[in-house]
Amino acid sequence: MPNMSLKKNPMPSQEPEVRNKNFLEVALGYTEEMAVDEAQRCLNCKNMPCVKGCPVNIDIPAFIKEIANKNFEGAYGIISKSSSLPAVCGRVCPQETQCEGKCVRGIKGEPVGIGRLERFAADYHNANFKGKPEKPDSNGKKVAVIGAGPAGLTCAGDLAKKGYDVTVYEALHLAGGVLVYGIPEFRLPKSIVQREIDGLRAIGVHIETNVIVGKTITIDELFEQGFKSVFIGSGAGLPRFMNIPGENLKGVYSANEFLTRVNLMKAYKEGSDTPVKENKKVAVVGGGNVAMDAARCALRLGAEEVYIVYRRGEAELPARAEEIEHAKEEGIIFKTLTNPVEILGDENKFVSGIKCVSMELGEPDESGRRRPVVKEGSEHVIDVDCVVMSIGTSPNPLIRNTTEGLETNKHGCIVVKDDSGLTSREGVYAGGDAVTGAATVILAMGAGKSAAEAIDEYLSK
Amino acid sequence: MYKIVRKKALNPTVTLMDIEAPAVARKAEPGQFIILRTDENGERIPLTVADFDREKGTVTIIFQIVGATTEKLNHMNEGDYLQDFAGPLGRATHTEGLKKVAVVGGGVGCAIAYPVAKKLHSVGCEVHSIVGFRSKDLVILEDEFRACSDKLCMMTDDGSYGTKGLVTNALKELIDSGEQYDEVIAIGPLIMMKFVAATTKEYGIKTVVSMNPIMIDGTGMCGGCRLTVGGETKFACVDGPEFDGHLVDFDEAMGRSTMYKPFERKKHEETCNLFKEVK
Repeated sequence: MPNMSLKKNPMPSQEPEVRNKNFLEVALGYTEEMAVDEAQRCLNCKNMPCVKGCPVNIDIPAFIKEIANKNFEGAYGIISKSSSLPAVCGRVCPQETQCEGKCVRGIKGEPVGIGRLERFAADYHNANFKGKPEKPDSNGKKVAVIGAGPAGLTCAGDLAKKGYDVTVYEALHLAGGVLVYGIPEFRLPKSIVQREIDGLRAIGVHIETNVIVGKTITIDELFEQGFKSVFIGSGAGLPRFMNIPGENLKGVYSANEFLTRVNLMKAYKEGSDTPVKENKKVAVVGGGNVAMDAARCALRLGAEEVYIVYRRGEAELPARAEEIEHAKEEGIIFKTLTNPVEILGDENKFVSGIKCVSMELGEPDESGRRRPVVKEGSEHVIDVDCVVMSIGTSPNPLIRNTTEGLETNKHGCIVVKDDSGLTSREGVYAGGDAVTGAATVILAMGAGKSAAEAIDEYLSK
Repeated sequence: MYKIVRKKALNPTVTLMDIEAPAVARKAEPGQFIILRTDENGERIPLTVADFDREKGTVTIIFQIVGATTEKLNHMNEGDYLQDFAGPLGRATHTEGLKKVAVVGGGVGCAIAYPVAKKLHSVGCEVHSIVGFRSKDLVILEDEFRACSDKLCMMTDDGSYGTKGLVTNALKELIDSGEQYDEVIAIGPLIMMKFVAATTKEYGIKTVVSMNPIMIDGTGMCGGCRLTVGGETKFACVDGPEFDGHLVDFDEAMGRSTMYKPFERKKHEETCNLFKEVK
């Protein structure tokens, strides 16, 4: 008999007033009892709408059933058939618009906590599984993957499972891409990412860090070295700025720089050699998940006041509802319908304030969202000593500039033929943010997965 | 891990190291840079390629001890390993079609100017090198510059070696004496590059400068290295590091380079104390 409670089992979390001062994980995870109770809310529907909402098509009802039966390792086995990074996805996927958004239980009440259950199964496995993953028999065919982020790692994992000899090339000194440089420790502990990457190494994936494809080696040279196919998952790393006066003052960061200093380089920890400016009042410009991450990091680094400055209204904030809620609980101040026009500096060229105008919402624009228009005479200054620009990123040009015949569009995104990720170059596939522009971890994983299938098909001919 | 195969002190504050990094050595060109980390807690710092040996698979770096990381680096020895060494990054120096060039180097910037002079010399370009140091004991790469320069002007601030004066004095003299340069390439402290650019602007001689701002990834990801060139924001790592000296906003760049001075000072004290304890 299913559990007919209309509400999800709440996620145990650190108290806001405690967690906004530390970098430990906010959500603590379900206990076994909570997981079983939540799993029993699943109706095991025949048409499985949740699976259609999952970019990597995890057999959701099947794994939930195993949790309900207390076969937690079995649940993990089902998830890992479709996902290379379960512990990551359970934490950072926007489930509310994907699997959980389609859940029948969500029509009347809250959907089943699919993400929380996925996380539970993955954490259970990581804590209890002692065996070694099986290394598949090699088919001897070499595939190169560019970028060790969600798209690349997924593609590499899937190909390795099929027996390919996969080498992943990563430009930074650490594999993980946005999972290590972007998403903060308190939302996704780096030990979890490391464990997933170790898992890939255990099934035979080679990871070479400090290799910048396009500089250290080109795609053509990879083919010369015997690689039969190449997957590009180089992400959308180039930060955008607003091009307003004062943006090059000291104390203005791109979200990428700020988060990289804090997350990848561990500037928040004693003993790290990487500096990050100490700030009292911080304005984060933008309303996406990255903006929420930057704001919450700023708070944890000791800022007294942290603002989200966003030009549209609260309802238009692109960040996940959960992230917005967490940020508010922790004390982030939301200045919506506010748009910066200039960053002000002191006599030493350090940031001293941000001049903004108030906005009101007009007619819908091409994105379907109501276009913000400036309110006459609304100019005002917010007193801050640091500004973080979190208004999006564009794909990195290093690969497109050094690979002849690789078609890109006017935004610099790599053009692919279809879901397979095939580019204009034979044997070269691409996926993730390098193709779509900045999107989500799970969409990148979905693209890596489809490309792995397409590469397998191409090399099996 | 990347082995330090040779270490040599060029002067009391400038050190040369050859690093075993075959993949970088294979591709490196003058004007490009690398990013290194000394150890697991190390920061990523950019250093310009001073030389490379494709056969031996080594890349030469020359650094001045200015902050915590270069200090740590200087405490490492032959046989030790660097945690990370990535590159080559940035665009290579443009040398094609140049017939006569003045290469201006200041202080440790000479380490970066040298491979450029060498490359120009090797493609048959006439090279006039003007190198400046504070005093005689800080002079580096003199023989190397001599070997690849058709003319060498050695300048020191205090007159303890060569001619007393600034590199701009020598450059101005050469130009006034009738030397016609296709281009001036200036590499050194920001203030020196600023004044070289101001000097050549009067004569309308194209001037290239090499910028070395604060950087993290070196691949265009963080934007920390941004600077204003001709009114536009550019990233030194992917758009540079060389730019048209007449268009660079040097004052802004000088401001940005001091962003972490207080942090560096604190780190420096920590590093020194740490080494004292070890001894």
